[in-house]
Amino acid sequence: MIAPDKDHAALANEFNKDEQRVDWHDETLWWVRQKRDNAVKKLPEWEELREAGSQIKNNVLGNLNYYLQQFETNAKANGVHVHWALDAKEHNEIVLDLLLSKGINKIVKSKSMLTEECNLNDYLLDNGVNVIDSDLGEFIVQLANEHPSHIVLPCIHKKKEEIGELFHQHLGTPSGNSDPIFLTETARQHLRETFLARKAALTGVNFAVAETGEFVVCTNEGNADMGAHLADIHIASMGIEKIIPERKHLGVFLRLLTRSATGQPITTYSSHFKKPRSGASIHIIIVDNGRSKQLGREDFRNSLKCIRCGACMNTCPVYRRSGGHSYHSAIAGPIGSILAPNLDMEKHADLPFASTLCGSCTNVCPVKIDIHDQLYKWRQVIVKNGHAPLAKNAALSVMTKILSSPVLYKVAGKLGRLTMKWVPLVVNNRFNPWYKQRELPEVPKNSFGEWYKKNRNHESKDK
Amino acid sequence: MSSRDELLKAVAENQPMNFPLPEIEFLDSECIYLAETFINVLTSIGGAVVLIENLMEIETYILEKFKKSDRIVTTIPAIKWMAELIPATSIPPHALSNVDFAIIDTHCAVAENGAVWVTEKGIVNRALPFICQHLAVVVNARDIVSNMHSAYNLIGTDDYGYGTFISGPSKTADIEQSLVLGAHGPRSMTIFLIM
Amino acid sequence: MKVGLFVPCYVDQFYPGAAIATLQLLEKLGVDVQYPSRQTCCGQPMANSGFEHLTNGCNELFIENFSGCDYIVCPSGSCVLHIKHHLHSEKNEVKAAGIRSKVYELVEFLTDVLKITNLEAKFPYKVGLHQSCHGQRGLHLSQMTELMAPAFSKPRYLLDMVSGLEIMPLDRPDECCGFGGTFCVAEEAVSVKMGKDRVADHIKNGVEYITAADLSCLMHMEGILRRQGSPLKVIHIAEILNGE
Ligand code: SF4
Repeated sequence: MIAPDKDHAALANEFNKDEQRVDWHDETLWWVRQKRDNAVKKLPEWEELREAGSQIKNNVLGNLNYYLQQFETNAKANGVHVHWALDAKEHNEIVLDLLLSKGINKIVKSKSMLTEECNLNDYLLDNGVNVIDSDLGEFIVQLANEHPSHIVLPCIHKKKEEIGELFHQHLGTPSGNSDPIFLTETARQHLRETFLARKAALTGVNFAVAETGEFVVCTNEGNADMGAHLADIHIASMGIEKIIPERKHLGVFLRLLTRSATGQPITTYSSHFKKPRSGASIHIIIVDNGRSKQLGREDFRNSLKCIRCGACMNTCPVYRRSGGHSYHSAIAGPIGSILAPNLDMEKHADLPFASTLCGSCTNVCPVKIDIHDQLYKWRQVIVKNGHAPLAKNAALSVMTKILSSPVLYKVAGKLGRLTMKWVPLVVNNRFNPWYKQRELPEVPKNSFGEWYKKNRNHESKDK
Repeated sequence: MSSRDELLKAVAENQPMNFPLPEIEFLDSECIYLAETFINVLTSIGGAVVLIENLMEIETYILEKFKKSDRIVTTIPAIKWMAELIPATSIPPHALSNVDFAIIDTHCAVAENGAVWVTEKGIVNRALPFICQHLAVVVNARDIVSNMHSAYNLIGTDDYGYGTFISGPSKTADIEQSLVLGAHGPRSMTIFLIM
Repeated sequence: MKVGLFVPCYVDQFYPGAAIATLQLLEKLGVDVQYPSRQTCCGQPMANSGFEHLTNGCNELFIENFSGCDYIVCPSGSCVLHIKHHLHSEKNEVKAAGIRSKVYELVEFLTDVLKITNLEAKFPYKVGLHQSCHGQRGLHLSQMTELMAPAFSKPRYLLDMVSGLEIMPLDRPDECCGFGGTFCVAEEAVSVKMGKDRVADHIKNGVEYITAADLSCLMHMEGILRRQGSPLKVIHIAEILNGE
């Protein structure tokens, strides 16, 4: 993925240089959150549905080994090929081998965050395979040579004028035309040729049913189906956590997923692939890439329940005002911040701190992942593993000393208040991040403790 | 050890205690105004509903909306005199790339989200409901169920090769969240609802 | 009933008025309030920064100060939440558990323990109620907009008893103000932007005073308001409820 030298705070700082753009980004995503609220309000049983979704996923985590094998057996019986990959590298090699063995050097892809995580596109390009992302949002970020900034709305950070300009440069549309209808139609015409010409299609997997060996792919655009039904070979990449036990459980998850994601009652297409059509083949790649490790982390295994709806991002006040790219990881936002440290704790040590722990994410999560509690817990783990920024370390140990000693505290408090009162420039300067855009509190003459001593200091009230 | 075995071993070592599956039957709620709800939801997501009493009436719709030169196909033998019947023998999906209007058959429809459930039985060719410019689905009002739980109850253990819920025309809101109908699949979806 | 008043460090140092109002209000309601003078901090700033393992000293001190009380009341939701969830003791976990179960934020103490039904208070202003996240989503002082559940609000219930006070509806009734402890300096840009947006919502809706059951949020918003030179003021809910 993107590996910047800058941490979330620095990238967010850059994003915030254009305040109007931040407002626009915030409003756009807040609107999606509101659509979610409206959709959810129409289901009186919403909270019970979330509970059911959560419990089914808990069951999956406890029986994953069994369900994976059950799925494999059934999928094979359906005539589907099953591959296993321990990590991103192995996943990418399997894809490449499948293509090369059929002499294919062009592939059309629909949305799959797993392939983003595995950095498949770059790998294939380096090996001479041309990849086209067919989801409109992903197609756009691909043209811009960027990565998705949101798992459901990949180019939510882009304004239509910028998209119009990209289309002008790459597809020859008239300069200055940024009408979404026109641009969508252009992409439709352009990609139709691609769909008709490609012999291989790759899709993600939303749910894989152990009981039947089928898997479900959800899209609004119909691009996963256009790719899969026109290609000779359909490769489907899935993380091990995509398994659900029975077909009837799809009822629960399909009701939860899109209401949470965009406020639609269901995606336009929820396609169940069970057997290959005659003359074509289906290959499923089941990928671990750190998931079994996360499964072993008691405090964090719940993150594997995620169904990638994106609701936690839309509701996150920090995500809305820092943009998906500030998370420098394939999956942004609150859920990304609890998944990423599992893969590389040092590189992603900043992410669990990119939150106020307000808890809104946990409340919208359709499978009830305790996201903000996990952020808190990751902070503890990261600090204990020595990945806290040095300055923070020193400042906090001084603070701890003061706050655990009543005497030191009183002295420090007095000094603090006096400093602020008499030499305001010492504290109120540009090196104090608080003071950059905020005033410090006005300093009272006395602390409450001092006031109390003066006014209530009789035996019965103070021990 | 193969990657498969290594992966399964790691999972076995790390997975938590079993947690029982919840009962979900209670979620299968009754709804009295099935057809009305279905129509309301579907039209709110960009679909159209045409009420008919019998299949013959579809012809009027075709004559009104399409030109003689348009390629109109169906998978329903009963109306093969008004549209080209897609043969059950497999034809390459690419041969359907110029279809303007496709009329297909469904198993059931879902009131809560305006979706129809179709399998290869009703669509014959998997590509058909996606590659056509406009899609129509014949739904019998009797076959509307209230929600997804009821739908899966009805689907049961059906051994389809491929099935999909379709809910409205293909769409995208990827450009600044403005909704555009007709992304990669059909530009419109019409339900012929037999009352 | 013996109530220990817990005044968090920053309230003690910067907002003694809110602590005095809390004390006076409780006394007015006939509660025997004690203020253990050796108190400092609950340890939250360290814990939220990932240094929970360094909070033992704070915890032991807290237990020592408050073990003798029937209830512990504090005018700051986030500190209460921290004590409730994270106060432990290697020396005496039973005592720690006792503390966790008897610590209350002021508003919930008034509505759930004292169960007050009226107040002699007057505050003739247009007030915006800021739902501090830790009080709301952590302590459930009010219903959260994300959930599909019946609405309620304990702070609102109390504010409705104050004569002359008009509560102004907000566009985003429970969005975070962006304070977030060390977040406010570590993520300065986003923190400030969140604060500005929150304040703008109150201004847009004609608010004269922003109130909350948590001074950390108010301190943050006040810092922004004063920098903007805004006439809008912040006031802790205890000061309104204690108002003449
Ligand atoms: S963590 Fe929950 S809310 Fe966030 S994307 Fe996953 S399922 Fe959705």
